[in-house]
Order: sequence, then structure tokens, then C-alpha cells
Amino acid sequence: MAQNFFDKIRPTFSEGGKLGWLHSSFDAFETFFFVPDRVTRKGGVHVKDCVDLKRLLIIVVMAMVPALLFGIWNLGFQHSKVFGLDWGFWQMVWYGFVKIIPLYLVSYIVGLGIEFASAQMKGHEVSEGYLVSGFLIPLIVPVDVPWWMLAIAVAFAVIIGKEVFGGTGMNIWNPALLARAFLFFSYPSKMSGDSVWVGGLSKALAGGTPWKGGEVVDALSGATPLSHASLSGLDAAGTSAWNLFLGNVPGAVGETSVIAILIGALILVCTGVASWKIMCSSVLGALFVGWLGNIGGVTDIPCWEQLLLGGFAFGTVFMATDPVTSAQTECGKWIYGFLIGALCVTVRLFNPGYPEGMMLAILLMNTFAPLIDHYVVSANVNRRLKRAKTV
Amino acid sequence: MSDQIRLKKGLDLPIAGAALCEVTKRVAPGLVAVKPTDFRGMVPRLLVKEGDSVKAGTPLFADKKNPAVVFCSPVSGSVDAIVRGDKRKLLEVRVKADGKNEAEAFSVPKISSLGKAEMTEVLLKGGVWPCIKQRPFGTVADPEATPKAIFISGFNTAPLGADPEFALKDDFAAIQAGVEALGKLTKGGVHLSLPAKGLPANELHKLTGVVFHVFEGPHPAGNVGVQINHICPINKGEVVWTVDLHLVAVIGRLILTGKYDTRRIIAVAGPAAVKPSYVEVPAGVSMKDLAEYFGEGDVRIISGDVLTGEAVGPEGFLGFYHNQVSVLLEGKYFEMFGWANPIRSKKYSFSHAYPAFLRGGKKYEMDTNENGGERPFLMNDVYGKVLPMDIYPLYLFKACLAGDLEKMENLGIYEVIEEDVALCEYVCPSKIDIQNIIRQGIDLMMKEM
Repeated sequence: MAQNFFDKIRPTFSEGGKLGWLHSSFDAFETFFFVPDRVTRKGGVHVKDCVDLKRLLIIVVMAMVPALLFGIWNLGFQHSKVFGLDWGFWQMVWYGFVKIIPLYLVSYIVGLGIEFASAQMKGHEVSEGYLVSGFLIPLIVPVDVPWWMLAIAVAFAVIIGKEVFGGTGMNIWNPALLARAFLFFSYPSKMSGDSVWVGGLSKALAGGTPWKGGEVVDALSGATPLSHASLSGLDAAGTSAWNLFLGNVPGAVGETSVIAILIGALILVCTGVASWKIMCSSVLGALFVGWLGNIGGVTDIPCWEQLLLGGFAFGTVFMATDPVTSAQTECGKWIYGFLIGALCVTVRLFNPGYPEGMMLAILLMNTFAPLIDHYVVSANVNRRLKRAKTV
Repeated sequence: MSDQIRLKKGLDLPIAGAALCEVTKRVAPGLVAVKPTDFRGMVPRLLVKEGDSVKAGTPLFADKKNPAVVFCSPVSGSVDAIVRGDKRKLLEVRVKADGKNEAEAFSVPKISSLGKAEMTEVLLKGGVWPCIKQRPFGTVADPEATPKAIFISGFNTAPLGADPEFALKDDFAAIQAGVEALGKLTKGGVHLSLPAKGLPANELHKLTGVVFHVFEGPHPAGNVGVQINHICPINKGEVVWTVDLHLVAVIGRLILTGKYDTRRIIAVAGPAAVKPSYVEVPAGVSMKDLAEYFGEGDVRIISGDVLTGEAVGPEGFLGFYHNQVSVLLEGKYFEMFGWANPIRSKKYSFSHAYPAFLRGGKKYEMDTNENGGERPFLMNDVYGKVLPMDIYPLYLFKACLAGDLEKMENLGIYEVIEEDVALCEYVCPSKIDIQNIIRQGIDLMMKEM
């Protein structure tokens, strides 16, 4: 039935048709519903693997779903805890659901709108890259971020971060992280501090609204545990390693639950969509610097607890492994991942004013990934030249 | 005896329709064609006109740049048609056989006493010179060049490829004569690669006058380019020659009998082939003579294997270097939410994004559907998994796209031809025509050098 519908409207959208200029958009919708009937070129490979970008990217999205589901519950849980509400499970989920849906709407409407428009202008097919970026963005921003701010951040990330470089596959920085960095530096009051990570808290504080159990807030301040913990230890921050592992702590929607992220990591590694080398080496890098900091007396917490804190796990699994912006040579991946982990913990330990190192560590290494690759490839080139000389 | 070389990267394509080890037909020469387009970079000068009568071994056209290199008629008969394309480009010289099977008389001197120049002369005059290919770039060998060595792959890992141990089992003496003749052309020796599997029983292992190398691993382990990369890689300024094993037999037959005899046993195979098996044919055989093997419906008939061959259609002709015809169904259909189907049991994927890797030895009825739309390069690490060479494929492709000669040279353009990167194109999730990128890169290099 859908097939007939597309067959019927195809001439309208084909070249020369009434809406021929909307060809790219039509194509995007058609290929979403149907794997196209295109056949291989006569002079190339005649059969092709059945994997395509849609498949790979949908796997990344599926891998993030556990983190999202947990995050939705955790939004309600944190809210009810801080405000002293006696909520049941479904009330918490409903609260989180209502909070997160607008963020997704803004992210996809703005982001995909720009992608479609730009593909339309260039006459390209619409690439699926934004499906993943758009799914990531609501998971890493504070849940109370005003929608207009999010819209601007998304527009910035897609236009300046991606389209100016030539679109999907050409960008230097991870678009989702770029959106977060944009928010962080443009609207710092909405992005950092103690109150932004619990839904409704900033508003309540600002408006002076009385709420039940206000004293809880004074004690906890809704801060992400990270802001204290990476220096003074988890107990001082009022949390425990077990809580961090489970994820029932305040934080960005997707990043709190290490266990949910590990499920995602398992999916990505088993399907081979993301590089296990980057994940492994990032963990090694974080452990190494965490260990140095611990024996050097900079911090009291053991190095393995660094892995549970803040956005480290989420960044390592879902953002450092972005195939476009990470290092592309197998050897380069080890270096790239290691430096991300190391830099992340370094920022945490030596810059107490700025507790979350993961975002900047990844963006910085995105910048240097081509350089790492350059040296790895140069080594191969030199090997080839040397071989020529010695023979 | 050299050490065994184990290759881990690569993929044996699990495609259905392998040929049964049985010769089911011997095609008598009918209409055949010699196609100048089979020979890269060669500009043909026609030596015959329509209606001329020719024998097997009569030159049909020569290379303008190298007039000693001639391309001969595989059968005796008359020139039926000279087919030209755009800008009068010569596409085919068709010869209709007269059934007399006459060959040009050619007396071969005793080869053991010949030097390189005399041996070259014999092969040029005998018309078998185009059997020898040259790397870099995969052109017909330049008789003036001094090759570092000559490489022959003694096995075939291409999907549904003809098994030389079966197809050439009666040609052992010819192959022995062929390698002896080739040995005269180089000081670096004739290198023959054999599969590790079944090595003691392999007839080819009894050849004398060759250096053996043993390879183990999935396709493209049988590609001569991959073997060279592991035995003795090609550096800038160096030239090596390669010969397909079944063409070594053609050279050998000339040496033994003095006749230009290019009959070969080819595999006709593929998911859409009826009764896939082996067929004995003259070189350049018309696909019409094989029509009984092609299934019903919209099929694609490919001269060569499904990764590197050329779609020639039901009226086309077998390519000069090919010893295989593959038959596939055209994949002109839509598949609703195919990309979202968790199982998709009828399709194969090298990636683990589908559960195909759990199904073990299952063979798939592959067709020509692209299975997706063309996108920019995104998954940057898949290509290296199927290219067992010391090369960074993605960087080489991008250098070719950019037309940057120096980078192409540094990144290894001298070591690959299209067939070596065919698997990269197969696994590419962005559906990019990678062989075409390499082809254009090589064309550019040849133009600029």
C-alpha cells in the first residue's frame, strides 16, 4: 500500500515534476520506508553487503536507549527527592517523559530541518548522520535548558559544526558535543552550578517558591556529585560508588547510569559499530592519570572511581567513538582514546572551578585526531620509502 | 620452499551457486570477439577489415604505442564485424569461426638456449604476449621493461571462481612449459603462490623452475597483487609482471605445439545460473553459446567474478583474462523497512550489524541490489578489515579523489589495481564506487607519467 503511494507521488517529485525541487526530501522519506531498488553499476562490484548507514546509525540509537530510559526515570526520582515528594515509579517516569519530549522535538525539528534544507540546496541525498546527533543532544544538556537556547545551540552545531565543512562525514568536531559546548560557554548560568541538573530546581530557587523539604536541598544542593567528588572523595559529596554505578544521582539525562551505558557499550562492541579500542584506551588513560593524581596526593579518591563520575562513561562510549571525528587509523585510535581519558581526569583534578573534563577532552582530541592520523600514516609512507631505498 | 604466509583480513563471500566439478559442455567455436577494452591503456591499431579471413593466431590489431604487441584471433574463420562506440572507439573485433580450426604455422625454437630478447620475440610473434600483465597499473607488459620478477597465483579465492586444480588438470605439461618460458624473461625468478590447504596433493607443487610461496586465508589471498605485497612489494620505479595461471597454459601450449590455442575451461556459476558447472570454450566466446546456463527473468551476465567482472549482457563476449561467467538476478525491488529488520535472513552482511555472522556456512542468493543509498565516507575503519596489505586504504582513496599524485604514490597506488580493493567496495556501508575511484587514480597516474 505504502509502495503504491510512493509510486503514485514519485513523478511529482522527480526531476521535471511539479515539486521536483523537493527531490532530496522525497528521497529521504522514501528510503526511510523502503530500501531503494537501485542496482549496482555495471563496471564495479555487482553484489553489495546489505549493511547501510541507516542500519549502523539506528544501532547507535538503540544502544543509547537504556541510558535514555534510565534517565527518564531518574529525572522524576531526583525531582521528587529534592522536593520531598512521595512519588511512585510511574509518576517519576511520567515527569521525566514530559520533561524530555520537548527537548527531543526541538533537537530533531531544528537539526533535521537544517539538514533537509542544506541537502535540498546542494541537491544531495539527506544523510542520516543527524539521527544520532539529535538523539545525543537531549541526553547531555541540563533538562531545564530553555527551548530557544537549545534551538540556537543545535543550529550552531549543525551549521557551523557540520554543514560548513561539507556535511555529514566531513566535520571535525562531534556535533552533539559542539551544541553542549556552545550552551556551556554562551549561557554559563544555565549550564553549570549546583542547581541545573535537577528538573525544576533552578526555577524554584529563583522564584523563591516554598517547597516541602527545603532543607534537603540545602544539604544536597542538587549538585552533580562530580563537582565535589573528584577532589574530596565520594563520601564528602554525599554519594557512593554504588549509587554512581546505578546512576540515581543528579546529572544530565543520559550520563548518570554507568550500568545503562555499559549495556549500550556492549551493543556497540558486539555489532562492531563503535571501536572497542577507543573505549579501552580511554579507560586506561583515565585510570592512569587518576592513579597518578591519587598517589601524588592531588585527590583522595582511587583511580577507578574516576570512571564512574560525571560524563566520562557516556563520553567514552558514545562520543569519543564517533567514527567521523575520532582517529581513523587503528594505531591512532589507541593514542586518541588514551589521551581523551587522560585529559578528562587531568581537567577534573587540576581545575577545581571546572569539574567536567569529558566534553573538552573529546573536543580537544577531535581537533588533534587528524594530526595523530597524519603521523601514523606518515610512518607507513616512510616505511614504503625506506623499503624502496634498501632494495 | 618459502614460509607459509597467513592472512587474516579478507572475506570469502558466501554466495550461492558454486560450479560443480564437472565439464558439462564443450562449446565449438562460433562467434567470438577480441575486445581492446580488456587491455588497460592500450590504443589499438586495426590490422584487419570486415570479411578478411583469419586463422587462430592471426593478428587482429596491434598496440599503437608498441606495434610489436599484437592481439590475435582465437579461432580460424572470417572477420564478422568491427564494432565501434562513441568517438569511433574500437570496442570489439568479432570473428566468425569456419569450423576448420586452422592455426598460423609457427615454429618454436628450443627454448632452453634462448635469452630474454629471443624469448620476448617468440612470445610477441606467437601472439601470447598480452597474457603477461604489468604492475604497477595492470597494463599489458611492456616488452622493453625489465621486470623485477614474475608472479603467478596458483589458486583462486574470488567468489565462485574456477578452481585451477580442476580446470587446468590436463594442462600440467603446458603450465610447466609456460613457466620455463617466463623464467627466461626475468632474473628475479618466477614466483608461484599456492594455497596451504591441500598442498601435498597439489599437482602444481610438482612444477620445476619456480619459487613457491604458500598462502592461507580468505579472499583476496588468491589475488596476485596481495601476494606480491607480502612476497616482495613493488616500490617506485620497479616493474613486476603477472600472469594468470590459465594464461600460463596458453603460453605453454604455444611453446609445446607452436599453435595459438586459447581454449579454456571456465566456471559458469552464480545464484541465477542453471546447473552451475564448468564449460570448455574458446577465448572470447559469445554468451549466446552459454544461454542454456542462464536462468529466467531479469538476469545480469558477468564476464569474470561478481566483485570485479564486467556485465556484458546475454549477447556479450567473455573477456580476454576471464575464466569465469557469473549470473546474478537484477535486484530491482523495494524492501520495506529492510534496514530496520533485525534478522533479514536472506541477506548477507560482513558487519555484525546483522546476525548473518552467527549463521555459519550458509550461502546466500545474492542479487545486484545496492542495499542502500550512496552517502559520504563515514565508517572509516571497515575498509582495512578486508585489505590484507600494508596500505591505509581510505587515505589512498581520498588521495585518488583529490588527484594528488604525490600522495597517491606515497600511499601505495603502485601496489594495487581495482581487483585488490573490490572487497572494500563490497563492504562499504556508504555504497561508494571504490574500484572506480582507484581506476580514475590509476588513469591519472598513467596520464601524468
